[in-house]
Amino acid sequence: MPVESVFPRLEPLLPKVQKPIQYVGGELNSTVKDWDAAAVRWALMYPDAYEVGLPNQGVMILYEVLNEVADVLAERTYAVWGDMEKLMREHSVPQFTVDAHRPVGAFDVFGVSFSTELGYTNLLNALDLSGIPLEAKDRGLDDPIVLIGGHASFNPEPIADFIDAAVVGDGEQAVLQITDVIRAWKAEGRPGGRDELLFRLAVTGGVYVPRFYDVDYLEDGRIQRVAPNRSGVPWRVSKHTVMDLDEWPYPKQPLVPLAETVHERMSVEIFRGCTRGCRFCQAGMITRPVRERSITGIGEMVEKGLKATGFEEVGLLSLSSADHTEIAEVAKGLADRYTEDKIGLSLPSTRVDAFNIDLANELTRNGRRSGLTFAPEGGSERMRKVINKMVSEEDLIRTVATAYGNGWRQVKLYFMCGLPTETDEDVLQIAEMAKKVIAKGREVSGSRDIRCTVSIGGFVPKPHTPFQWAPQLDHKTTDERLQKLRDVIRADRQYGKSIGFRYHDGKPGIVEGLLSRGDRRVGKVIRAVWEDGGRFDGWSEHFSYDRWMRCAETALAGDPVDVDWYTTREREWNEVLPWDHLDSGLDKDWLWEDWQDALDEVEVEDCRWTPCFDCGVCPQMDTEIQIGPTGKKLLPLSVVK
Amino acid sequence: MPEGPPPAPAVQKLRLRYAKRGRLRFTSHRDFQRAFERALRRAEVPMAYSAGFTPHPKVSYAGAAPTGVASEAEYLELSVARRCEPAELRALLDTSLPPGLDVLDVVEAAPGNLAERLQASVWEVRLPEVEPETARKAAEAFLAADSVEVERMTKNGLRTFDARAAVAALEAVDRSDDEIDAGHQGVDGSSDRPCAILRLVVRHTTPAVRPDDVLSGLRLVADLAPPVPAAVTRLAQGPLDAETGAVTDPLAPEHAVTSTGNEEL
Ligand code: SF4
Repeated sequence: MPVESVFPRLEPLLPKVQKPIQYVGGELNSTVKDWDAAAVRWALMYPDAYEVGLPNQGVMILYEVLNEVADVLAERTYAVWGDMEKLMREHSVPQFTVDAHRPVGAFDVFGVSFSTELGYTNLLNALDLSGIPLEAKDRGLDDPIVLIGGHASFNPEPIADFIDAAVVGDGEQAVLQITDVIRAWKAEGRPGGRDELLFRLAVTGGVYVPRFYDVDYLEDGRIQRVAPNRSGVPWRVSKHTVMDLDEWPYPKQPLVPLAETVHERMSVEIFRGCTRGCRFCQAGMITRPVRERSITGIGEMVEKGLKATGFEEVGLLSLSSADHTEIAEVAKGLADRYTEDKIGLSLPSTRVDAFNIDLANELTRNGRRSGLTFAPEGGSERMRKVINKMVSEEDLIRTVATAYGNGWRQVKLYFMCGLPTETDEDVLQIAEMAKKVIAKGREVSGSRDIRCTVSIGGFVPKPHTPFQWAPQLDHKTTDERLQKLRDVIRADRQYGKSIGFRYHDGKPGIVEGLLSRGDRRVGKVIRAVWEDGGRFDGWSEHFSYDRWMRCAETALAGDPVDVDWYTTREREWNEVLPWDHLDSGLDKDWLWEDWQDALDEVEVEDCRWTPCFDCGVCPQMDTEIQIGPTGKKLLPLSVVK
Repeated sequence: MPEGPPPAPAVQKLRLRYAKRGRLRFTSHRDFQRAFERALRRAEVPMAYSAGFTPHPKVSYAGAAPTGVASEAEYLELSVARRCEPAELRALLDTSLPPGLDVLDVVEAAPGNLAERLQASVWEVRLPEVEPETARKAAEAFLAADSVEVERMTKNGLRTFDARAAVAALEAVDRSDDEIDAGHQGVDGSSDRPCAILRLVVRHTTPAVRPDDVLSGLRLVADLAPPVPAAVTRLAQGPLDAETGAVTDPLAPEHAVTSTGNEEL
């Protein structure tokens, strides 16, 4: 079946839209393959604007992994802005890929990677623009399999009606396995149609197909049970875990956009997973165990990636980069190698200790020392025990003293508001901490020209964490609490002017909470919001809380549940949670114990340095911690000229 | 705080002509600058850097074609800290940029200011679904006017200025005359539909008169309203020969010195 490029129809629209470059593709290191020669074709989407989606590592990795297979083709598509959407609808231009401008509806798989639930309305919009029926049950043999991945797929229930399948966990190997199943099914002449293909995927145990599971509800609205509705389909779907990151050095050829995007750097994931055990952190819980990339593996990726891209900055990514067993050697080795080339190094540094300052000093050896970020997360000592963020106030003050003493002038502190058991008093402690930071800073630097910025995010309880049972704080109380904190900071004559305060109101967090812990009934709300014009919910200028509440009220009118029920309600230990049949490896009993420990303000150590505390992941997933040190060093690169 | 070593001095100045073709004509100038500076890194060009905290490679760009307009003749200058062979550099930079941003020519700078040589541009404007005869009449009406006041939205609000004086030549040309394929597949790919082609020579003035402004002028004087956005390409820019009205090669002094150029026009 010949598939034509939509570019001739798109081209006349481009002069009429903002930043047309985002729709034309042609990025350095992008790939266009022959359509007819490909046995399996993937359209990959990051469901946000191009400027956010292009640098997304997940999509970039899968794009490259898939295109490396000779008979597989992968192209990318992103959410189009309103001006473009309007023109596309007027001129009947379907959702297209930016690589070869092929219509998304013509691919075998439409794979969408969600890092946040706020992209759900963009998924519906893309399906609609593609001409793919919104609901999976209405799709035919020639429609793509709509498959999702990313963190949000650990509870895909709110979008269960709109997707055909979900992959839980690491995607690199999973997409290849799925490709094999599709290739075989197509080669056999697509026996049994779409249903058979989905069944073949489901029986692997690694692909969740919502249609093969029935959900029963109790009268009060809680779930009674979730059960497979045909034999052969497993009760629980396992997450995928890639072992040995050195064998997966992707992206090797990172995409270099022409358009300006949110991250313009060569990113290397230096390890995956985190076992620090912060109880609010879904990413840490669902990506266990820790698997490090070796120092030499990192060195090679940086070297090849810089050659392939010409980027000026290297980002060493992970959930807590300073925890890499050889991070000091990595930082020093890279700084030595690239001093001449004026390559900047960055690492999201959030750990609060003196070691981090040494590291930051190393990374900025040739540049300006502007700001350092730390994340104590909880304002009071008590709060930090609840969330298992083991850092004392003395540690923090000692750390910032070192920072200011080393020439840093600005420290940014990141906190959360709305944590379980939190009171006004806990949040007001943030002001005290900031004041002490400034006082210490003035003392060690001998200067009044220092700043501390307090940045606060609202806490949203997430599935597969010890806080999955916790009540979310309502947005009114959140806002009042933050207001009080702001007033206290503003009123302080001595320090107030040196303290910056940044926060968001509590409303978007409630919608995020609804989508995070929602079940299949929430799908109606998402659809209603999209029909009402909801798009780009992750952008404050496009997000409408009132629309979400209005649509939720109407859509859930016939159900015994509402937004509060999904968000501010505390769950009991015996409640069936909508995501229980998606196996992250974490033992539900362990999670519950950890939740109880949180309430008792009991801390848990990191299993990298203490014996395994039986969270369940390693035995359940047959994985193990992979960490160094390797003892190797990065040697200077020989100059080839 | 470390001051960093002093930047390496420039030992050679090079001039470069590049094209912006096909779908990459939607690259803005800012986008191009970033892409070019990355290409310099990828190609490991021994750039000379400016002094200061955030050293920048020494590149200066001549007036760039607007976003959405293709070009066969964009120019820039760069300074290197170690001598480079121009032809080698051209090939290296060309492969370091995505296809569609193509380096056509690199020469070692001869004395004289490049920007001053870029006095006028030759533009080709394709108007799909416009009858060539309609365009011809509109062009005549435009040329017959003493001045054509047009409006354009700028950063400082709506501006009104004359689009006529800067136009040194304007004619409707036949389709077979010239075929710059690269920029226009798709827009007028099907040959059974009409497509008028205008070719114009516009002096570089202040405020700059762009092909868009001339199109606004054509609408004003002759009601020419293209149903489909025009596809515009800068074919050349350089000194304007007062006698012949031709735009000549701005790198002529360099080409006179050496014959390593890689002319494609
Ligand atoms: S099973 Fe044990 S070793 Fe593995 S991640 Fe959990 S606590 Fe750590």
